[in-house]
Amino acid sequence: MGDFRILEVKQSVFADNDKRAAEVRRELKEKKVFLLNLMSSPGSGKTTTLTRTIEALKGEMKIAVMEADIDSDVDAKTISDLGVKAIQLHTGGMCHLDADMTYQGLSGLNAGDVDLVVLENVGNLVCPAEFDTGAVKNAMILSVPEGDDKPLKYPLMFSVCDVVLINKTDVLPYFDFDMEACKENILKRNPKAKIIPICAKTGEGVKDWADWLREQVSDWKN
Amino acid sequence: MHELGVVFHVIESVENIGKENQLTKVASVTLEVGEVSGVVPSYLTDCWKWAVERSDFMKGAALHFEKIPAVTFCEDCKEEYPTVKHGKTCPRCGSGNTYLLRGNEFVIKEIEAC
Repeated sequence: MGDFRILEVKQSVFADNDKRAAEVRRELKEKKVFLLNLMSSPGSGKTTTLTRTIEALKGEMKIAVMEADIDSDVDAKTISDLGVKAIQLHTGGMCHLDADMTYQGLSGLNAGDVDLVVLENVGNLVCPAEFDTGAVKNAMILSVPEGDDKPLKYPLMFSVCDVVLINKTDVLPYFDFDMEACKENILKRNPKAKIIPICAKTGEGVKDWADWLREQVSDWKN
Repeated sequence: MHELGVVFHVIESVENIGKENQLTKVASVTLEVGEVSGVVPSYLTDCWKWAVERSDFMKGAALHFEKIPAVTFCEDCKEEYPTVKHGKTCPRCGSGNTYLLRGNEFVIKEIEAC
């Protein structure tokens, strides 16, 4: 036991996950399946937004949903009532999904014949941002009651997102939420972010969001 | 919660390195942790102590940290400044046209093993 030696590694802790995520993406490309990673705080309206999104797109593409949750299957039930395939992934207490869990979920879904898979990540603005799930695009929902300063408090989340939905615009008159300041805060972190204000409850802005998603799915398939 | 997941990632990586190099026992692992990486070393150590006991290869392995200070660069005045104290805004010229040079690292630097 006396011959311990030092091995220089110099490898990012996330390197294995990043590699796995790249494999997941390669397989998705081959099968022409678009995977969207949807992130947000708890209570920002992920499931309601997803319901609206499915209603807007299910006539033109085959959609499936993977619901990640620490426990319970309430969200998966809501989604499967819409007539799309849904499975629940339990993270067993973990605060995020990694690429391997995503891969297992995709295998469980048998996603080969689906056009769009939405991964509803665990409600949390910190940990999911650090783990590449293998998704083609990252989306996040920020709801008005959470405040326009969230991009300053959770910079990593906003910098990894391709699109930010600002949800619950119907309650704007009741909150000190400055839409322009919020957009500025997001763009400061991520100049390439697409920002779409929506109200999942009333349907406002949902068309813009569905248009964006439709275009992404079609680009990925071609 | 998050730290435990991160610890499992570190252990998995070290186990893979161990297999590639036909190692049998790890004495210590050294991580480089940036000041703004979001990793809290004391939480990590608690999770580490619990997690390494579950692996024969890693049992009893110590965890060391090397802290990397966070430094931001201002594109307007071409100077560096400490990130934690001043954030995104340059303390010299007030510009927001800045980017992080270093400080978000989370790297396995080296392992001590046989």
